[in-house]
Amino acid sequence: MHKDIVEVVKNDPNYKELVAKRTSFAVKLSIIMLLVYFGFILMIAYFPHVLGTPLSEGSVTTVGIPVGMGVIFFSFIITGIYTKRANGEFDDLNNKIKEKVKGM
Amino acid sequence: MINRVFLFLILGSIAVFASNAVNAPRELNVSAIVMFLIFVGATLGITYWAAKRTKSAKDFYTAGGGITGFQNGMAIAGDYMSAASFLGISGLVYASGYDGLIYSIGFLVGWPVILFMIAEPLRNLGKYTFADVASYRLRQTPVRILAAFGSITTVILYLIAQMVGSGKLIQLLFGLNYEVAVFIVGILMILYVTFGGMLATTWVQIIKAFLLLSGATFMSVAVMAHYDFNFGKLFAHAVELKDVSIMAPGKLVSDPISAISLAVALIFGVAGLPHILMRFFTVSDAKEARKSVFYATGFIGYFYILTFIIGFGAIVMVLGKPEYLDLAKQAISGGQPILGGNNMAAIHLSHAVGGDFFLGFISAVAFATILAVVSGLTLAGASAISHDLYSSVIKKGQVDSVTEMKVSKMATVALGIIAILLGIAFESQNIAFVVGLAFAIAASANFPILFLSMYWRGLTTRGTVIGGSMGLATAVVLLILGPAVWVDVLKNAEAIFPYKYPALFSMTVAFIATYFFSVTDNSQSAKEEKEKFEAQFIRAQTGIGAEGASSH
Repeated sequence: MHKDIVEVVKNDPNYKELVAKRTSFAVKLSIIMLLVYFGFILMIAYFPHVLGTPLSEGSVTTVGIPVGMGVIFFSFIITGIYTKRANGEFDDLNNKIKEKVKGM
Repeated sequence: MINRVFLFLILGSIAVFASNAVNAPRELNVSAIVMFLIFVGATLGITYWAAKRTKSAKDFYTAGGGITGFQNGMAIAGDYMSAASFLGISGLVYASGYDGLIYSIGFLVGWPVILFMIAEPLRNLGKYTFADVASYRLRQTPVRILAAFGSITTVILYLIAQMVGSGKLIQLLFGLNYEVAVFIVGILMILYVTFGGMLATTWVQIIKAFLLLSGATFMSVAVMAHYDFNFGKLFAHAVELKDVSIMAPGKLVSDPISAISLAVALIFGVAGLPHILMRFFTVSDAKEARKSVFYATGFIGYFYILTFIIGFGAIVMVLGKPEYLDLAKQAISGGQPILGGNNMAAIHLSHAVGGDFFLGFISAVAFATILAVVSGLTLAGASAISHDLYSSVIKKGQVDSVTEMKVSKMATVALGIIAILLGIAFESQNIAFVVGLAFAIAASANFPILFLSMYWRGLTTRGTVIGGSMGLATAVVLLILGPAVWVDVLKNAEAIFPYKYPALFSMTVAFIATYFFSVTDNSQSAKEEKEKFEAQFIRAQTGIGAEGASSH
């Protein structure tokens, strides 16, 4: 990449905004995802009986079923949330940055 | 010329298939073979079509970079939904219920992390392989050699697991000899990859993913229809036939350290699997790369829910039914063993819900799944050899795209032959540890260097090479000293390293060593490497200067 482009982009407020917003968003979502998953795993390791408790009196379906399915749905939804914001808001910012260095 | 070779190989493999089918020792599954031949015919047609469009190295490695996010999501899901995960996870649910769900969730949660951290910079910085990214601002030769070594090791381990699994599965489903089955898989895979490159490999993967999801959906709906689409009723009946323990966590996760170490291997291992990472170069830009992960996560999550239903379906519809009972085994060990073992639960269920015809369909899909997955793996291994080792290390980048593609095709043929030989050599070995090792190496060697090269300014060549090598060595040594190899394979009484999954330890070693040998690196080249980070980071974040799609 040309040195001039690096200088222009580096000082572009849009670039600073993009990096700050996206980094914080990605880090937050990653932490949430890891907390959910490791929470699930540690619950299995330390309190397996909690997940084995029936949902209601006389039911064979245990708490673990909706919790496990919930982790699957959560993984899908959280990728959707990130993709939507990144493909909208972040890409708009990114296009402004690209516009500025076009032809350089 | 190419056409004639192509035709010859097709006719050759069909002839081998047919002649052996006639002499097969076991009862033939005619509908399965017919459906499989239709699949092979269609995919070879696609390969022929793709071969005419594959003219440059870029076409060969990345299908020209014009695959859409949706298509790529389907192909990624296809790479992930191997026969091992379809049959293995449904078999695990069949055998121990809830534990199967825990296991499959572990394979899914790596995807959001890939999206948030890896997908976008990977797409913006790389061209054909993840080594492009790792070596972006570092010294090409040592970093490429390390990354290529990590890629090829992961690919070969994965290939061994797939080849052995496929040989046994095909033997069981189609009544073919083990060697013949391995040979057919190897030959077809070589055909797809050498002639059709990434374009054919991607479409074979998409078609197979569609067939597998359709088949699994049909089975799940058929099972649920018996219970008025009420999960409670299905579970109640399953508990009646087995016992209440299948509804709660069981033996899969024994101690917290093993649990966390397995989780680390699964989450970060996915982000270091070369055949998965390579798929991100087939889309046009970061936007499509993100969509790919979104769709892939959806398909994979849906698939795991289906395998859970299928496992329970097998409990209620296969367990204890005389037609699926392995009488010989029962006579020795008692209980109610099913023919072919627990991994055949989904296959038997397909017969229970759809008769011989649907059994044939699912068997053919399982075979197709193996083919598609080994093709993707081989392509990733071949590109590490041709792009990283030949073109970048040996020729220092001074090589034209046509020559590089030729080398890639030769590497594919070589890897195909190696896969066949290893598949035969490992037939009766205990290879349960192999996939675990592949994930451990991916998480401990490939992932740390990829991640740090993207995000850490202070990374230097010295740190990368020493840290990556130490991560790889630690993973291999701990696995050998652990219960999976030391006890199960080498038959020692007690393991020297107590945990089955080394990733937590080996990945930590890799990160610490990389950090230490980078910060203590005061060389002039280290200084220059740090200065180059800014430009790299801008390209990673914005995509300015990134590889685009090819024009056709």
